[in-house]
Amino acid sequence: MNAAFQLAAVDTTDHRTLIVSLFSVFVAITLVITVLAGRRTKDATDYYAGGRSFTAFQNGLAVSGDYMSAASFLGIAGAIALFGYDGFLYSIGFLVAWLVALLLVAEPLRNAGRFTMGDVLAYRMRQRPVRTAAGVSTIVVSIFYLLAQMVGAGALVALLLGISGDTGKNLIVVFVGVIMILYVTIGGMKGTTWVQIVKALLLIGGTILITILVLAKFHFNISDLLGAAAANASEGKDGVDAGQFLSGGLQYGLNSTTKLDFVSLGIALVLGTAGLPHILIRFYTVPTAKTARKSVLWAIGIIGGFYLMTIALGFGAAALIDRADIISSNAAGNTAAPLLAYEIGGGDGSSGGAILLAVISAVAFATILAVVAGLTLASSSSFAHDIYANVIRKGKATEREEVNAARMSAIAIGAVAILLGVFAGKLNVAGLVALAFAVAASANLPTILYSLFWKRFNTTGALWSIYGGLTVSVVLVLFSKVVSGDPAAMFPDVDFHWFPLKNPGLISIPAGFLFGWLGSILSKPEDEDGKKFAELEVRSLTGAGAH
Amino acid sequence: MSTAPPTPSPPGNGSYVRMQESEDFAELRRRFRTFAFPVTIGFTAWYLLYVLLSNYAGDFMAKKLFGNINVAFVLGLAQFLTTFLIAWWYARHANAKFDPEADRLRAVVEADVEHASEDAR
Repeated sequence: MNAAFQLAAVDTTDHRTLIVSLFSVFVAITLVITVLAGRRTKDATDYYAGGRSFTAFQNGLAVSGDYMSAASFLGIAGAIALFGYDGFLYSIGFLVAWLVALLLVAEPLRNAGRFTMGDVLAYRMRQRPVRTAAGVSTIVVSIFYLLAQMVGAGALVALLLGISGDTGKNLIVVFVGVIMILYVTIGGMKGTTWVQIVKALLLIGGTILITILVLAKFHFNISDLLGAAAANASEGKDGVDAGQFLSGGLQYGLNSTTKLDFVSLGIALVLGTAGLPHILIRFYTVPTAKTARKSVLWAIGIIGGFYLMTIALGFGAAALIDRADIISSNAAGNTAAPLLAYEIGGGDGSSGGAILLAVISAVAFATILAVVAGLTLASSSSFAHDIYANVIRKGKATEREEVNAARMSAIAIGAVAILLGVFAGKLNVAGLVALAFAVAASANLPTILYSLFWKRFNTTGALWSIYGGLTVSVVLVLFSKVVSGDPAAMFPDVDFHWFPLKNPGLISIPAGFLFGWLGSILSKPEDEDGKKFAELEVRSLTGAGAH
Repeated sequence: MSTAPPTPSPPGNGSYVRMQESEDFAELRRRFRTFAFPVTIGFTAWYLLYVLLSNYAGDFMAKKLFGNINVAFVLGLAQFLTTFLIAWWYARHANAKFDPEADRLRAVVEADVEHASEDAR
């Protein structure tokens, strides 16, 4: 049906030059924007919250840019290409999750906080312990996420550019790390937001282009596209059941454990998004809660539209490229979208194919860079604002000292991410993104919701839900097949796993809520006359006294 | 208008406490919670139902409706559709039923805080 080809075998030098040039243009433009934004970054509000000056549409794009990682672009397209409907199922959790952020979190958070998630969690609690906990949880979630992105970046770019060997991959990890440190330290939130906006526009533009080309090939008949995908996916020795390809079960339906695992993953995705620190701090970049609401509305439209297009991308790849070729290029299907771009542009030897491949590869690279910058900003902001300014300096640091601390910690976190990325380069860390969502849902979300809506919640409750949710999710993953006892595990050669699921959400999320409740009712009420809760409640609902 | 905070006493927090105890604020909170809480439970349940159907009702999901489009695919697209609709519905509710009253109470409480701190001088 198709000329058999592999990405690495595509006439490498030509498309490599093109990818590198396109990507250099992106890096150059975004660095210029970053420097310009940096010049207009004067105080802490500029650095942490972009001066709260972005519009709903701008922030909606930036939220989408922060959220649509390479995992959701290449990962979901690849999962659909290989597993059909099960890959599609995955994207739905990522979208529905935004309703939690819209209805329960975005507006109260914007009204009651200043710069970080910790601002809201510590609002009516004892500042030092709760801010420490919020900082720890923010950094843990962000580092897991960051590590997955960095290692993924190394492997992916090496694949797209046809680089083999560890030195090449490590150089890419270092390069990505250095650029992200520059974005964050020079541009602060203003610069990083513009990087997200540019990246979101590129990603959406690239996806629309490929989607239209794919659909045109099937005369805009979705049923034909699905039929061709199922037929092609069931061919050959790696072929799968055509029926299941369209109705589900190939990835998660293997046995009762994988089914339960999918329920666990689904819950973690839906409840985790509204607890991701790098997403939460985006709500501070707009002037009012109403603008925060509108930015989430834009984000839902953009992200939803994007995931709808990944259906065309994934099934298109399944229909137009031989399954064996997708798998031999990357076993997880991560290169299905670039392969599709190459095929749809004309295939072997065509300049159209080479150009589209280069465009999609550059977009993927831009995606990774923007997401890691957002994560670095979130974790360094929390370290500087929650831990340095409010715990170490007990609120006595000047704005200037605090922003300097934020820049220093961005460099430190960036350096840690580069080191981990290099040393973890050979490990399979893809599972860490799901873990980041699980920790966010188990530790952060219960604490946010209790803080905003439950009067009896207190410091002990907050510490129990953060540390309890965090510990349960991390320990369960440590003893799951994500880490050991599986060929696809981080350490495939040892086996100390006893927890059957790969995603801990099913246990750790209820545990986080339970810990928060138990910690509160088993300790003395703090706010007996309810004055602090009154202030938080009035502020969070009306916006009175908002920063 | 019944319960706009009366005479302000000690600066700061007192204004918030009075506002929180007012009937107007109780009504604002009610408008928020009676929408956000049930709708959150609703869409979470609907999503879980969809996940469970995908997991445990393979035959039903595989039923072809037209061409190669089956129940699974249609329900998946329905999740997108309901997400968009709920977002739109919430925005409409908030614009009409919530924002004007929130803005009014915000002005009341901010004026009261201002007043209280002037009295304290």
